[in-house]
Amino acid sequence: MKSAPPQKIQQTLADPKLQKAIYSATGRLAGNRRKTIAADVLPDYQELRQHAHDLKKHTLDHLDAYLEEFERNVAARGGKVIWASTGAEACAFIGNLARERGVKLVVKSKSMTSEEIHLNEHLEKDGIDAVETDLGEYIIQLAGEKPYHIIAPALHKTREQVAEVLHAEADSTPEDLTAIARVALREKFLAAGIGITGANFLVADSGAIVLVENEGNARLSSSAPAIHIAVAGIEKLIPRAQDLAVFLKLLGRSATGQPLSVYTSFLAGPRRAGEPDGPEEFYVVLLDNGRTKILADPGKRQSLYCIRCGACLNHCPVYRKIGGYSYPWVYSGPIGKILTPQFMGREQDPWLPFASSLCGACGEVCPVKIEIPKILLELRQEIVEKSGDRRERMAFRMFAWIMRHPHIYAQFRWVRKLRKLPAAGPLKAWLSQRDLPDLPKKSFREQWRERGRA
Amino acid sequence: MAEVLERAGCEVEFREAQTCCGQPAFNSGYREEARDVARHFLKVFEGAEYIVIPSGSCTSMISHHYADLFDGHHETRVHEFSRFLVEVLKVDDVGARLDSVATYHDSCHALRELKIHDAPRRLLRNVRGLQLTEMDAAEECCGFGGTFSVKFAEVSGAIGRTKVESIVRSGADTVVSIDSSCLMQLQGVLSRAGSTVRTMHLAEVLASR
Repeated sequence: MKSAPPQKIQQTLADPKLQKAIYSATGRLAGNRRKTIAADVLPDYQELRQHAHDLKKHTLDHLDAYLEEFERNVAARGGKVIWASTGAEACAFIGNLARERGVKLVVKSKSMTSEEIHLNEHLEKDGIDAVETDLGEYIIQLAGEKPYHIIAPALHKTREQVAEVLHAEADSTPEDLTAIARVALREKFLAAGIGITGANFLVADSGAIVLVENEGNARLSSSAPAIHIAVAGIEKLIPRAQDLAVFLKLLGRSATGQPLSVYTSFLAGPRRAGEPDGPEEFYVVLLDNGRTKILADPGKRQSLYCIRCGACLNHCPVYRKIGGYSYPWVYSGPIGKILTPQFMGREQDPWLPFASSLCGACGEVCPVKIEIPKILLELRQEIVEKSGDRRERMAFRMFAWIMRHPHIYAQFRWVRKLRKLPAAGPLKAWLSQRDLPDLPKKSFREQWRERGRA
Repeated sequence: MAEVLERAGCEVEFREAQTCCGQPAFNSGYREEARDVARHFLKVFEGAEYIVIPSGSCTSMISHHYADLFDGHHETRVHEFSRFLVEVLKVDDVGARLDSVATYHDSCHALRELKIHDAPRRLLRNVRGLQLTEMDAAEECCGFGGTFSVKFAEVSGAIGRTKVESIVRSGADTVVSIDSSCLMQLQGVLSRAGSTVRTMHLAEVLASR
């Protein structure tokens, strides 16, 4: 294994303020979730999870048919589906459309997919100003940073840091800060020629996209400008509008502990005759960007079931210590740990699937029951087989050999001898953080034999 | 564990050829090596009626993950110790006595893979002189994670320290678990922090008189 874990891990661990910010914010989100899925308020929570899992499985197993159905229904409502096999293709379509329509200002609502394809940077190169309108995204855009968390992009920022970014008084209240952003963003909504959103769900039978949000900025982004472009991965499909009943119950609860997010928009096609508002043009950019590669792997296909709720991040003991910027790609936390190697290749950051205690909390809270720990184990195996460390392999061969030779195992007083050796390698790493236990005077085997004599 | 099982009326056998379930290799990605060790395990325990294990993690490796090593192998003879007592032997009071204020740490594999939550607590509540107090982060990982504890030592240590803070907050003088690996991590971190809280395996508590 070549690449080393980033320095960012040590930096994050060494910053007590940041440690507190991550731990308390994720703890709050996890606590809220717990209340809204409790048996007395949502007795069928486990059945809903299974149902959501089954729906996603069914959709992805028949994705070709649902994608075509979706495209037909979008077209029937006057919209247009754009197929993008790479991020570059998606960005190029949007850049070209902006140029053709003479648009210089774009408003965006929060979309991890657009982060994935680096849309903002691409548009900037084309001379187009893309403004993030989700409050958290707006803050990190002004700060020149990337989202720290799938649903809470500015989770790592304290109130004082946000005030600094917005050039506000240091003692500003959250309400003051929101008001400052609101004034600045209203201007942008009115002036923008294109609004870009993601999509939480693509509904095949209606040709509609569904947006789930709390601030109303996705609503404004999709209705105020003359052109609305939704960018979404092909895995966002669900078969029928009625399936939303399952997913919407799970998404808000898993993400922020809300029974339902504040705004749920169901958008199909451009403004129709007689409608007072809405865009004149409506596009859905359907992005592959590596998804079909994962789709082709039946064992790990479930990685695509993700509805981006962020619950696995909030419950992950590792994310809660190392934070969002220690992960090499836009998707952080446990879901990032399984998506990144599959999208970017196992070789790029081979340490990633190993950065887990395998506690299983991610799999337990996943609303669509993605077996994240199982996939981590499979990725570990694939990485070890392809590019494993030679010395480590030797060590495990030796381990397996000793374990098959009980006489040697029983003679092996290695644990005792370890103490007398100068600390190096794994032992040194262990001792850097904690002490070794005191050993009993006699091994279990010795005690057992003496017991037999007694 | 052997003493407690015998007191509960079991005939306990210890097969000296036993070594390891193979989990360290499996979790590190070395499935061939894990399979070799697992084969040895299955051979050693041939013919055993119940295999009782003082570890949730090893139990889960055998009951859940051997299926990944030997296409669909479904091992039903393995039982984690506390669950074996409560659910198979139907014993929740083994006549133990230990004067202490104890808090129970849910080890991840026992809790999430084996769904063991109540059995160890029931057993602890019936120990004379023992007062069971819950810590606020009972279900959070201790940070051990096998090779994770040395590959990502700083992260593992940081998770362990957060866990230990919760243990100390609970006011307990003893932290009990059904997994030795968690206990090794917790004891190491407690000791490094200069804490007087002691770590005990559930079997040690139940064997106390």
